[in-house]
Amino acid sequence: MSKELEPLADPGLPEHIHRKADIDPIAAKRAEQQVAILFSLSALGTLLFIYSFFFVKEDAFIFLPILGNTNAHQLGIGLGMAFGLFFIGIGAVHWAKTLMPDQEVIAQRHELKSEPEDRDALVKAAKEGAQAAGLGRRPLIKRSLIGAAALAGLPGVIMLRDLGPLPGKDLEKTNWKTGTRLVTDPGDRPIKASDLEIGAVAQVLPELLPGQKRTLEDIGKDAVLLIRLRPAEFQLDEERLSWTHEGIIAFSKICSHMGCAVALYEQTTKHLLCPCHQSTFDVTRAAKVIFGPSARPLPQLAITLDSEGNLIAKQPFSEPVGPSFWERSS
Amino acid sequence: MSARERVAGTVANYVDERTGAAAYLKKNLQKVFPDHWSFMLGEIALYSFVILLLSGTFLTFWFDPSMRTVVYEGSYQPLKEVEMSAAYASALHISFDVRGGLLMRQIHHWAALIFMAAIVVHLLRVFFTGAFRKPREFNWLLGIGLLTLGIVEGFLGYSLPDDLLSGTGLRIAQAIIQALPVVGTYISFFAFGGAFPGEVFIPRIYTAHILLIPGIFLALITVHLMLVWYQKHTQYPGPGRTEKNVVGYPLMPTYMAKAGGFFFIVFGVTAFLGAVASINPIWLYGPYTPGQVSAGSQPDWYMGWLDGLVRMAPPLETHAFGHTISWNILLPGLIIPGILFTGMALYPFIESWITGDKREHHLLDRPRNVPNRTALGAMALTFTLIALINGGNDIIATHFDLTINQIMWFSRIGIIVLPPLAFVITKRICLSLQRADRELVLHGKETGRLVMLPSGEFIEIHEELSEAKKYTLTQHEQPKAIELVTADAGGVLNPKGIRAKLQARFSAANAENIAKPTAAEVKELESGHH
Repeated sequence: MSKELEPLADPGLPEHIHRKADIDPIAAKRAEQQVAILFSLSALGTLLFIYSFFFVKEDAFIFLPILGNTNAHQLGIGLGMAFGLFFIGIGAVHWAKTLMPDQEVIAQRHELKSEPEDRDALVKAAKEGAQAAGLGRRPLIKRSLIGAAALAGLPGVIMLRDLGPLPGKDLEKTNWKTGTRLVTDPGDRPIKASDLEIGAVAQVLPELLPGQKRTLEDIGKDAVLLIRLRPAEFQLDEERLSWTHEGIIAFSKICSHMGCAVALYEQTTKHLLCPCHQSTFDVTRAAKVIFGPSARPLPQLAITLDSEGNLIAKQPFSEPVGPSFWERSS
Repeated sequence: MSARERVAGTVANYVDERTGAAAYLKKNLQKVFPDHWSFMLGEIALYSFVILLLSGTFLTFWFDPSMRTVVYEGSYQPLKEVEMSAAYASALHISFDVRGGLLMRQIHHWAALIFMAAIVVHLLRVFFTGAFRKPREFNWLLGIGLLTLGIVEGFLGYSLPDDLLSGTGLRIAQAIIQALPVVGTYISFFAFGGAFPGEVFIPRIYTAHILLIPGIFLALITVHLMLVWYQKHTQYPGPGRTEKNVVGYPLMPTYMAKAGGFFFIVFGVTAFLGAVASINPIWLYGPYTPGQVSAGSQPDWYMGWLDGLVRMAPPLETHAFGHTISWNILLPGLIIPGILFTGMALYPFIESWITGDKREHHLLDRPRNVPNRTALGAMALTFTLIALINGGNDIIATHFDLTINQIMWFSRIGIIVLPPLAFVITKRICLSLQRADRELVLHGKETGRLVMLPSGEFIEIHEELSEAKKYTLTQHEQPKAIELVTADAGGVLNPKGIRAKLQARFSAANAENIAKPTAAEVKELESGHH
């Protein structure tokens, strides 16, 4: 068996075939000229760049096929730079391929590992060094050093403490309080039930009290979507139904999956869709998840009317809004 | 001696007397590099990195990594008077009011995409040709490190402009951090300086993006290249090429001119893309606010597979003892990528355990000759590809008139069913190609010339392969299965019972090959034919 498995013999490196430029001076001259032309094209590219940078107006547009209406300044400096670089490269490669030696050379590899003597000498030196330091004989030094070194790393971690505040209950709170008025975003106008037609959607935020400012962190927790349906279209339990007002239902706009804005509402199916990961929520069933990766409905905000007929929050959110976190209890 | 030569000599002498560099340089200018198009892939990655450093430095001259609110007063009319972060405003300033700014931004972004693509394709080349085998395992690990860093660096980079799209990406990253059990909320609050988005995150990732990570990159790339240099490059098999030699061109001048020229080509192509192909038009997205999002939000391509995994995750959360664990985030966002990357990093060691092969390898494998590895690679690639497709499910849905639900269910089922299928099919294809090679060596190439014999029989003339070609097709080793030793002669059971059994199973699968033609077979045929 083993004898038949003998492989074919290595015929060795094939004979070198000379290129045209190696044997024909005319071909070599031609190659030289080609390289020079390529380098000159590069120079032209750089000139195009300089010209476009200084002399083509930044708001000048030209029409080009495929690209359409294009900013001439951008295109000029871009193409100029591109050609300036590209043709140097092509020229150099052409030069190497036609005129530089193309005879393949053989170099020998050497085994990477060191000679056994060297290895032994290294082991010996390391051992002697360790012995000279007396680590083996003086366990007290070794142990205290390990302990101290481990502790010395701690300040590096501890100093990171002031990167930010402790979370506390921050993730569980929003600015929606009992009686907070709903105002439009943008515009900050109070909303009446009659402002919303059936099928309409509006984004609202809690009204700012005098002197208050709204930060992006606030919007990241407070953004709420109002949707108005026919009251008969809801399939809600008594409590959730009482959180709506004349067919108007309010949900946190911050996705319960990863916190994107749940911005797409499909009127015919009454589905809310998050464009990030396509979690889909059924508005008629208290934003129940009907598709996608989210594991929880969007929190519903209970709404009602104040004495002036403006929509207000009946109570704060009954659960944290936004994506899940370890301390969340439901 | 001409004046120029005299000056050169003096300079060289001056330097050498102080460094002793002549001996070292003499040897290394003659260094031989094998030539093959697939060896350029790593070069593209390296050159893109240099382009990133150059274009990135240019951008830092104007970019203001601050989240303080400003009112935009630049020349882009649609956003005039709009409140936004200073970061976004300065990114707009670079795009509209700095000459060459938009070009540089687009070159930077294109170079980042090319950088990542080159790393991935280079990795595939190294994997499928077995270039990671001893002695190159360290370089494989460094490569995995560079790939991981590249993903992080790219993500941080496109998060910096603080537009609506990048802010949405950050929100998702924050949700992944926040989902970590026990420590997630704390890490998120420390990283963002409080609730999301806060005012400190962009300045912090700016430091990481332009200093910390590029520094680590430089160090790792340097070691990566030094190892390539020191260990000498691998080469494809062929006549005259052995495990003991390197066949190629000397560094000076041929290889230097080719590689140096290639840098300019890569830079030129990137600049061309920056000139004609708009990328990440941040002015269309508007400033970030957590209450808005643009439909069709897509990450850069190298994040797409992660996003696709997150999209297809089942809606699972565990609520117990007053705590929540979000499997729908942890599984696709951390656990599965963690398993994939760990498996990839360990692969050279796993393969060497399976084959029991501890020798050095400098000749590359043709992928067909290692069917198991090739099939495994195809399997991993299929997995990632389906995840990537699902990452673009909304775009695909609108372009191909499908529903998102259809694509999602295709992905959810496909990601489990298709990778094993890819394994089986690829392995079959490899074995078929081996069979074809065998045919070629033994019976030659089909010429398409039909001849009628005097007897009336039709035959096709086969043209014999050259010796060189025959050798190339048969030079490889075919592995043998490791035999399972359950008990020694005295009846003592093998203490490595299960491990030995596994190794035997795997190595048997690995050894499944079509027997290559041997010298004896070829000789027999030759004497028979001629």
